[in-house]
Amino acid sequence: MANSQSMVTGFLGKVLTATHNFGVAPVRGTTAADTFNAALLLASGTFNASSTNYTGTVGSVTMSGEVSGTNYTAGGVAITNANVPVATNSSPTAGVGYWTPSASVVYTNVTLTTSFDAVMIYNVTQGSAGAYPAVSIHTFGAQTITAGNFTLTMPSNTTSTALLRLSTT
Amino acid sequence: MLVNTIHGEMDDSLLVKKEGSLDNDIESTTWVEYWLDDVLVHRSVHVTLKTSPLSALEAASIG
Repeated sequence: MANSQSMVTGFLGKVLTATHNFGVAPVRGTTAADTFNAALLLASGTFNASSTNYTGTVGSVTMSGEVSGTNYTAGGVAITNANVPVATNSSPTAGVGYWTPSASVVYTNVTLTTSFDAVMIYNVTQGSAGAYPAVSIHTFGAQTITAGNFTLTMPSNTTSTALLRLSTT
Repeated sequence: MLVNTIHGEMDDSLLVKKEGSLDNDIESTTWVEYWLDDVLVHRSVHVTLKTSPLSALEAASIG
């Protein structure tokens, strides 16, 4: 069997746990997982792969382009994270690293009258007011909520459906 | 059954209930609405995400 050029599968998982550092990384005071939040984004927004940060202040100031309304807290809600990132070979020459929140994200008894169609996942632990590092944007059909709940159930935590997936080519 | 509305909790027998759903490659979504005299007084939505974009990483050739 010949050698094959590839990033190793284990690298994908270790990227998700900040094991490797090719540049200048934040000083971590603990090995525990960071805290991540989920903020709802207005359908009129322009968030995409070039978005870098959640630019509001968690708990007090909403970001431009974020929803606002009764019982919605600036910055959204914390994500439940009981899942450890997984890295596994998807074939003899390719691998996938993946992670999914371990519970649904729920906004309870909110009124959001301006339509929204996306959620931003971002890192609270490694950020500060005005600059919390964004992780991803996930879109869905535009919605409004009236004195009700908005529940966002996560996809299955598998190599092909997990919320965050890194793959070797 | 009591339903939370813009007027506080109301018995659902006083309200008109409407439900809907959406299913595609990205999401499976359901919603429920309660109306009082043509006024929307409650709307809840449950979105189940199905897939997310895959980020690919590649090791470049040397030389």
